[in-house]
Amino acid sequence: MKPFENFRGIVLPLDRANVDTDAIIPKQFLKSIARTGFGPNLFDEWRYLDQGEPGQDCSGRPLNPDFVLNDPKYAGANILLTRRNFGCGSSREHAPWALADHGFRVLIAPSFADIFHQNAIKNGLLPIVLDEEIVDELFELATGDEPLTIDVDLHNLKLDAEGRGTIEIDIDPFHHHCLIHGLDDIGLTLTHADDIAAYEQRRAAEAPWLFG
Amino acid sequence: MATPRTLYDKIWDAHVVRTDEHGTSLMYIDRQLVHEVTSPQAFEGLRLAGREPRWPEANLAVPDHNVPTTDRHLGIADPISRLQVETLEANCREFGIQLFDMGDKRQGIVHVVGPEEGFTQPGMTIVCGDSHTSTHGAFGALAFGVGTSEVEHVLATQCLLQKKSKSMLVSVDGELGRGVTAKDIVLAIIGEIGTAGGTGHVIEYAGDAIRALSMEGRMTVCNMSIEAGARAGIIGIDEKTVEYVRGRPMAPQGELFEQAAEYWLGLNSDPGAEYDRVVHIDAASIRPQVTWGTSPEMVLPVDGAVPDPAEIADPVKAGSYRHALAYMGLEPGTPLAQIALDKVFIGSCTNGRIEDLRAAAEVARGRKVASSIKLAMVVPGSGLVKEQAEAEGLDKVFLEAGFEWREPGCSMCLAMNADRLEPGERCASTSNRNFEGRQGQGGRTHLVSPAMAAAAAIHGRFVDVREV
Repeated sequence: MKPFENFRGIVLPLDRANVDTDAIIPKQFLKSIARTGFGPNLFDEWRYLDQGEPGQDCSGRPLNPDFVLNDPKYAGANILLTRRNFGCGSSREHAPWALADHGFRVLIAPSFADIFHQNAIKNGLLPIVLDEEIVDELFELATGDEPLTIDVDLHNLKLDAEGRGTIEIDIDPFHHHCLIHGLDDIGLTLTHADDIAAYEQRRAAEAPWLFG
Repeated sequence: MATPRTLYDKIWDAHVVRTDEHGTSLMYIDRQLVHEVTSPQAFEGLRLAGREPRWPEANLAVPDHNVPTTDRHLGIADPISRLQVETLEANCREFGIQLFDMGDKRQGIVHVVGPEEGFTQPGMTIVCGDSHTSTHGAFGALAFGVGTSEVEHVLATQCLLQKKSKSMLVSVDGELGRGVTAKDIVLAIIGEIGTAGGTGHVIEYAGDAIRALSMEGRMTVCNMSIEAGARAGIIGIDEKTVEYVRGRPMAPQGELFEQAAEYWLGLNSDPGAEYDRVVHIDAASIRPQVTWGTSPEMVLPVDGAVPDPAEIADPVKAGSYRHALAYMGLEPGTPLAQIALDKVFIGSCTNGRIEDLRAAAEVARGRKVASSIKLAMVVPGSGLVKEQAEAEGLDKVFLEAGFEWREPGCSMCLAMNADRLEPGERCASTSNRNFEGRQGQGGRTHLVSPAMAAAAAIHGRFVDVREV
């Protein structure tokens, strides 16, 4: 995983609550055995007017003009602003893969579903939880005539939103550490192999049927 | 005296390998279930890093999402689906992981197979790259869904990095009415606490109505914990739990089983243990449930009517209701019992077990599927469930009534195989998610219990199963 770098980005406002992972990346694209290439099928059923199939070239597909992702005003947006409980439903990591593959680097919402949140962090995608009132304000700004830009400073835990000023963000310290250093947490865990072996020995004495 | 602990506290404490300065723990994982959709990239990750599974025997793999439910002997027609299943087979061979392949009669949905084989045991930590792993909590195990990176992490290290969740007790007090099932309990709970109500929590289900459920019923309740936002649901261990596990192929045997059973029964929540949130539900007040929208929280009793977004004060929620009604093609005020259906699906990790098929067959026995129903299908949760149902003659009951009797798999719960809804088709489904497009692009899903689904097939619309 690459270390998370601070950046200035454009906000895409997706004004829906409970956006589920089936909507983020529909099931037919989960047949892939690769980790990349999901971007063109991000929000497939909302984004296109036809039915998407895996392996299809999406460049000529009819776009849904009413879906915000297709609004030219937000071209190049890499910060997704959305409503509560984003990423609910299935545990498919294809959801953050698709968001990252499309170019999103930050997600802002009043809340995220637990498994999705975990999967996002593992892929260097930063989920930021903000109070509902602040999210409302950002929606107001992001849906104006000009797109909203935000400076994301993960190192100092703050956002600077144009027209709104500084917003402090709160991230789990371990997640913060992993994101800014781009850590591979399997490698990290393997440094504790002795602790794991000691645990197994202890546990086998207490609950031998687990290791039978 | 020691502080009273919950079942979750006890399992957590027994599985912490170490805790770092940030309060993140390395948690030991006892078992992992593996299926074809969320594992290929995990195995590829191991290969790229030159890593081996730490404990191959702690994993059990079975293809379920992509498998066809008809003409099994012909294999998988869709080449992309076929490649994914073949990739699972190749990975299991390469890394020494036990696999029940498509031709094995033990093949089925991971969450049906694990308990059936005794792979799932009380007190364990169990994960799978699938959100419905919460099912296994019915055994008093801490079981939750993980993403593919975590599947790889568990393969490589037998551990996961975790922070302890908050705890919620949902007590379903008193006795259920006739015709009301585990599915109705869990839908009613989701209706009450909302689809994000359990976020950040492990839900422990308790109360007389939960104790009275069979293991199958408890699995149905725990299965849909994720639909309430909780990664894990858990139920205390009792004699029913122990007797269900006893004698199963992968369960401990003989003296070791007795030792295990004594340990398991000691894991239950202590009297006076504290929860971050407690919810009480009166079992007698629960009626057969039907979802009307595109989130499992959009649910009402069958005698209810489609709600009016104009009466919802919260603008975000009102917006969700409007989207849902437009997608579902429903008008506010329509009685749920007037909603006509095109298809009926009985199956899934929520309701694809023997008890579910018995309940549906009881309603279907001697009756006919309405002529307006294009397809009514029954998909057993596993090959062993299918075998048992056939031994009881349930297949004949369904076939005579006009249902199709299929091979086991996830099927139209998520429509990754050929079983799916066409745009605009409306389905009564015993599965777990009514999300847009879940059962096929443009498809409209209503979640119900197996008995309610069978009754809907017979009448061509929703009916109150208590009046059938």
